[in-house]
Amino acid sequence: MTTPREAVAAVVDPEIRVVTIDELGILRAVDEDPASGRVVVTITPTYTGCPAMDVIRADIRRALAAAGHPDAEIRTVYRPAWSTDWISDTGRAKLAAAGIAPPAPVRPGNAVPLTLSVRCPRCGSPETEQVSRFGSTACKALWRCRSCSEPFDHLKAL
Amino acid sequence: MRGPFEFTLALGDDALIAAQRLAEWTTRAPEMEEDVALANIALDQLGAARLLLTYAGELEGAGRDEDALAFLRDDREFRNCLLVELPNGDFAVTMAKLFLLSAYQLPLYTALAGCADERLAAIGAKARKESAYHLDHAALWVKRLGDGTEESHRRMRDAVDQLWPYVAELFAANPAAPVDPATLRADFDATVDAVLAEATLTRPETGWAPAGGRDGVHTEHLSYLLAEMQVLHRAHPGARW
Repeated sequence: MTTPREAVAAVVDPEIRVVTIDELGILRAVDEDPASGRVVVTITPTYTGCPAMDVIRADIRRALAAAGHPDAEIRTVYRPAWSTDWISDTGRAKLAAAGIAPPAPVRPGNAVPLTLSVRCPRCGSPETEQVSRFGSTACKALWRCRSCSEPFDHLKAL
Repeated sequence: MRGPFEFTLALGDDALIAAQRLAEWTTRAPEMEEDVALANIALDQLGAARLLLTYAGELEGAGRDEDALAFLRDDREFRNCLLVELPNGDFAVTMAKLFLLSAYQLPLYTALAGCADERLAAIGAKARKESAYHLDHAALWVKRLGDGTEESHRRMRDAVDQLWPYVAELFAANPAAPVDPATLRADFDATVDAVLAEATLTRPETGWAPAGGRDGVHTEHLSYLLAEMQVLHRAHPGARW
């Protein structure tokens, strides 16, 4: 029997399909309302305008319905604001394996951390450069490796 | 701009109209990377607009949601500052405008994050992270163009001169608001002065200072923008993808 928590934690991010919403830190809590017995899921967006949120909500509903909880409630919270520091070690490893350089830790009190060196997720070289400060999704920037010449995505530290 | 409703509405309108203007660059930016950048920033502004307008609708208590506020109001009912509704102009004007807007939004959202209103505090805490990135990006372009060729310098100088009058409106005192915009001016000036100095540009003198956006008195540019932004929603009420 799959618990509600297990069902929701297995939902993959619709834009970066190698990691789950749990590993990305989007999933904040899965509780049960003691009065109604309904499952209450709390999520938070990576970026305010993240267009994947509706799909994430639909995927959570589908996963919970399959696990026997068709009437779940989904709450979206904005505080504390999502940080790339919430991406789990497993999540980071999966991102790197998929060719997406994981973010550096965010230093406290510094809203825009200075990225000193981003390692190429393909060859591991620190000889990389930023091509574009923005990328294919709100949470990524585009980089290039000077050693192996491959372009790669980098999850911006936030 | 008086109490929490009008204040929240004004901030939401700033973000919404800025998003609409920035999105006009999609497929038209001078390079692919900048096309992606401007579209991403527009998306962030739209995200903030949705949160702010949703909350404004709740504060008003008249049953208007984000869509009703975005698509079913006329120009005189919008409370955005004039700066965001001005036409995009060339790339230098767009970047100078984004720079001035972000230099205002960052301290504003940062102050909101610590305000007593829990919802506004949550929106501020979230939006300021994105705003800091926008400011960084726009500042890079102001410096690159200002301290670039003779032509790029001329264009960025003209852009800053052209937009500067519209800055005053952003900081009009409003002691009744959750954050009084007048308290943000010193922070804004410090950011602007540092970046303009690096860009080999001088801060223009403040003279003519048009205002009225916060009271619904706009330039004619807003009406054209709204016509384009609202036409689908108004022609097909309740249409869904």
